[in-house]
Amino acid sequence: MTAIDPTAHLTAEQIEELGRELDAIRDEVIADRGEKDAAYIRKVISVQRKLELASRGVLLFSIFPPAWLIGTAGLSVAKIMDNMEIGHNVLHGQWDWMRDPKIHSTTWEWDHVSPAEQWKHSHNELHHTYTNVIGKDNDLGYGIMRVDEDQRWHPFHLGQPLWNFLNACFFEYGIAAYDLELGKNLQKRRRRSPEFRARARAVGRKIRKQVLKDYVIHPLLSGPSFLTTLAATFTANLVRNIWTHSVIMCGHFPEGVQVFERRSVKGETRGQWYLRQMMGSANISGSRAMHFMTGNLSHQIEHHLFPDLPSNRYAEVAVKVRALFEKYELEYVTGPLPKQVFSAWHKVFRLSLPNRKPKVKTPDHRQELVAA
Amino acid sequence: MTSTALRSRAWKLLEMVTTPLLPSDYLDLVSPLRAGADLRGRIEAVHPETGDAATVVIRPGRGWRGHTAGQYVRVGVDVDGRRLWRAYSITSPTDRQDGRITITVKAIPDGKVSNHLVHRTTPGTLVQLDQPAGDFVLPPAKPAKVLYLTAGSGVTPVMGMLRDTGFDDVVMVHCAPRPQDVIFRNELHGLVADEKLRLTEVHTATDGRLDIARLGELVPDWAERETWACGPEGLLDAAERHWAGHGVQERLHTERFRPRVVVTGDGGEVTFSATGRTVDADGATPLLDVGEEAGVLMPSGCRMGICFGCVTPLKAGAVRDLRTGEITEAEPGVLIQTCVSAAAGPCDIER
Repeated sequence: MTAIDPTAHLTAEQIEELGRELDAIRDEVIADRGEKDAAYIRKVISVQRKLELASRGVLLFSIFPPAWLIGTAGLSVAKIMDNMEIGHNVLHGQWDWMRDPKIHSTTWEWDHVSPAEQWKHSHNELHHTYTNVIGKDNDLGYGIMRVDEDQRWHPFHLGQPLWNFLNACFFEYGIAAYDLELGKNLQKRRRRSPEFRARARAVGRKIRKQVLKDYVIHPLLSGPSFLTTLAATFTANLVRNIWTHSVIMCGHFPEGVQVFERRSVKGETRGQWYLRQMMGSANISGSRAMHFMTGNLSHQIEHHLFPDLPSNRYAEVAVKVRALFEKYELEYVTGPLPKQVFSAWHKVFRLSLPNRKPKVKTPDHRQELVAA
Repeated sequence: MTSTALRSRAWKLLEMVTTPLLPSDYLDLVSPLRAGADLRGRIEAVHPETGDAATVVIRPGRGWRGHTAGQYVRVGVDVDGRRLWRAYSITSPTDRQDGRITITVKAIPDGKVSNHLVHRTTPGTLVQLDQPAGDFVLPPAKPAKVLYLTAGSGVTPVMGMLRDTGFDDVVMVHCAPRPQDVIFRNELHGLVADEKLRLTEVHTATDGRLDIARLGELVPDWAERETWACGPEGLLDAAERHWAGHGVQERLHTERFRPRVVVTGDGGEVTFSATGRTVDADGATPLLDVGEEAGVLMPSGCRMGICFGCVTPLKAGAVRDLRTGEITEAEPGVLIQTCVSAAAGPCDIER
């Protein structure tokens, strides 16, 4: 909550008009969804599977350094594709309209230790509905970091650059713990709840399978290349984790992104919901390859406005969305990856220290609008 | 250890290698028609039959169990990226040497799948298949006299029978608007020339509809014949009344291609079939609210259409997307988001 509300100049009517214009953009894509889009996701899935197979094949000979390098690079890319352009987006239901039971949010499982079902709840439901609402959207700092001046400071936050770094390295485990709400659920009474135990068991099963595959079976299959394959899969997971963590940090943490108070979302209209998504997200600029490797989460703003539109359409949608930002004189937060990553990390460091509360409390414009 | 046990162990190991995917996810990339795969087929050719009908040659996967003459197959076709399932009669004989099957499709006005198959599909395309089904088949013991009564694309299952099994005394009455609309006309006339079939064509554009009460003028001994009838509802209803009226209903076998008549409107009676509850819903209330109001345990999430936490099978009827107005009709495998869908006519939700 910055001292100046960047949406204060908009009237209630304008916000609703903005909502209608965004709905029109959405409808246009939906009416045009078809064979080309279906071919796109099938192609991506097929390329990902072949790349993973080929890389794992090469890693059978990882005792030879060039094989190690090629295999590790390929596996890292394959894992990133699996998580980003495929897994994240399929689990959002972006491809459910195809009615292909094999590419559907209800059946998809990804190369990640958080089971798809649990991730869908914490991500699709909690994060996407309550984007950037302090106290409701736990993605704001994942419960281990302070990412806004208005959040209460605690000496624990002094270590948050370190927590953030460790979270980046073991991001998939961080996400699994986060989806389990581990911090809250480890309290004695909750620990025993059958519901939590069932979910924890599901995570345990998923971790066992993933670890067995990456760190036991594939190294064993490599025979004399056991250790080098082990190192390669570890590296690929590390690369994937750091990459996805960086991309995701750029989505909501860079400077200029707004956070919201719990009471501000009460009775929120469609237009206001859209506006919150616009002000609560940030993009990454770059090449097509860059957008692809981020799973098009570089178009985070567009993704938050239309989480269930096929990811391959965000680039064309972005042009129209950006025009709306300009029309309504709103700041479209975007920048190249290094700049956005630096900005997010800068915030992590800055807010690890206590700050004085802003003297003038931001007026909650939504409350004013309702009154007006 | 038996070889089955060994194989199942090897498969388990393979699953550990590919987790969270299955080995079949990889095998499908190279061999989608192999034994053990989900049943699919590859379209190898499309031969036009009439202006709006075509025969599609399909090589089914290894898991195909074979059909009985007269049966149909459900085919899942991707049209504009969306998988749609339809049932078509199999027109190829059961002993076809190359293992291919054919279906013959008539493009119906606004028919998404039929128009796609007749006019737009290309050889090489994969389609999803179910095992053949249907009891519109010939009996194991040959009847002495046979009558086939067909209209329009109702000729397709009968063509499968004609190509499969010859009888000593077969009469066929077939209705179509004009001669050029008769599917398989050349082949039928060939059978007539070979004295394997006696055929009466009724050209409804010039002769008018077949009056079933006057069937006796065309086929005097119709009541003695084992009859297979396939065509529009009207014809079959009339036939059933006629046969029953003469007390020979056990000689009549009918096959109905149900054109999916889904009544769409604003609101309707909603059945929650798993719970066994039925309530009236208007066209503006999300089905999620309707269900919860009725005390049905409904999965829910964001309640605004973004999280896909509430998707539920739509078993029958139609729903309207409250955001876009788009109508979704029930088909096997169709899931709807109950939080942004309202009843568009009577519907059945699997909850």
